[in-house]
Amino acid sequence: MAEKIEKHREGSIILQEDSPEKMEVEVTEVKTSGDYNKEPVFIYHQWCKRCGICSTFCPTGTLGRNPDGSPFVEHPEKCIHCMTCDRLCPDFAITGAKRK
Amino acid sequence: MKNQPQKTVHSYLRHNKKFPHVWCAGCSNGIVLGALIRAVDELGLGRDDVAMVSGIGCSSRMPVYVDFNTLHTIHGRAIPFATGVKLHKPHLNVIVVTGDGDCTAIGGNHFIHACRRNLDLTIVVVNNNIYGMTGGQFSPTTPTGDIATTSPHGNIDPVFDICDLAIGAGATFVARSTAFHSLESEEFIKRGLEHKGMSVIEIVSACPVIYGRLNKKGGAPEMMKQMRDNSIPVKALDKLPPEKTKGKLVRGILKHVEKDEYTLRYQRLVDSLKQEESK
Repeated sequence: MAEKIEKHREGSIILQEDSPEKMEVEVTEVKTSGDYNKEPVFIYHQWCKRCGICSTFCPTGTLGRNPDGSPFVEHPEKCIHCMTCDRLCPDFAITGAKRK
Repeated sequence: MKNQPQKTVHSYLRHNKKFPHVWCAGCSNGIVLGALIRAVDELGLGRDDVAMVSGIGCSSRMPVYVDFNTLHTIHGRAIPFATGVKLHKPHLNVIVVTGDGDCTAIGGNHFIHACRRNLDLTIVVVNNNIYGMTGGQFSPTTPTGDIATTSPHGNIDPVFDICDLAIGAGATFVARSTAFHSLESEEFIKRGLEHKGMSVIEIVSACPVIYGRLNKKGGAPEMMKQMRDNSIPVKALDKLPPEKTKGKLVRGILKHVEKDEYTLRYQRLVDSLKQEESK
């Protein structure tokens, strides 16, 4: 267990995956574009609690919401780098790229 | 944490603590903590120049996660501990993070007397209208008629206005913002840290899991939308007709005066006694 916690802290595994509550939830397809360097917003899914604040308050609709509630970058070209999602994420799970 | 691009907030966190943090999904405490860290960062204060003191409660878990000098103390007694820290090390910027129950109910007496003395503390009151951590009992700021676990038929008590209380007790910088207005909160915390004297910053926050669920306020995004729609800046208060401002939360700097600060008065007393002795 201690080894698992250590791995969880490093971010390489999600500890909750093993809990029985999580196993019952139907696995939904999580959409990501895959290449984080090209996206204006980086979402760190290990820290995300799926509250939906970022996708609700995104002024241009850059962020969408997966069926399980987690956010994903739906329209990267729409981002205006306002950093609203970066500031309003309660879990520090979103890092917005600064305007170039 | 390895594969994540770093931002300012991340560099101030204690990464040996368990993340994601303890707060529920959608809780505003994380937003307030982010604003506080950015305010400290923008002022260019070193980590050893800041002391963060808290009592017990959801919001009082904040010092656990940040890499400042921190002190996590007993319920309601954050301000007495902070007073001790400030008097012993007057060069420190002491921030007290406290909740509505911790500050106005259990530590209410300490709060008003710290305001009266005008001690140079920055008190961030995160007001979520309920005792979240202990199971949803009503607090002095639960709106009249709202449901809590100890008032299942609606709360019959009138509401405590934290800013009015601080102004009446003699605090010299009093401001109110909401968690939704995170830039404004950041600005007020910054102004409070710069101000020499007692600064009280009330940040109205959302507790979607207990308060929101008991009172059918919706989830975290809905509660934050309500903050946005039901609050007005203090500058607009005089310009708008009274029917538009009725029942709305007033945001902004409500009081800002300069007065003699407590640690300076104390130092003057010590100096004068030393002089008398040496004569």
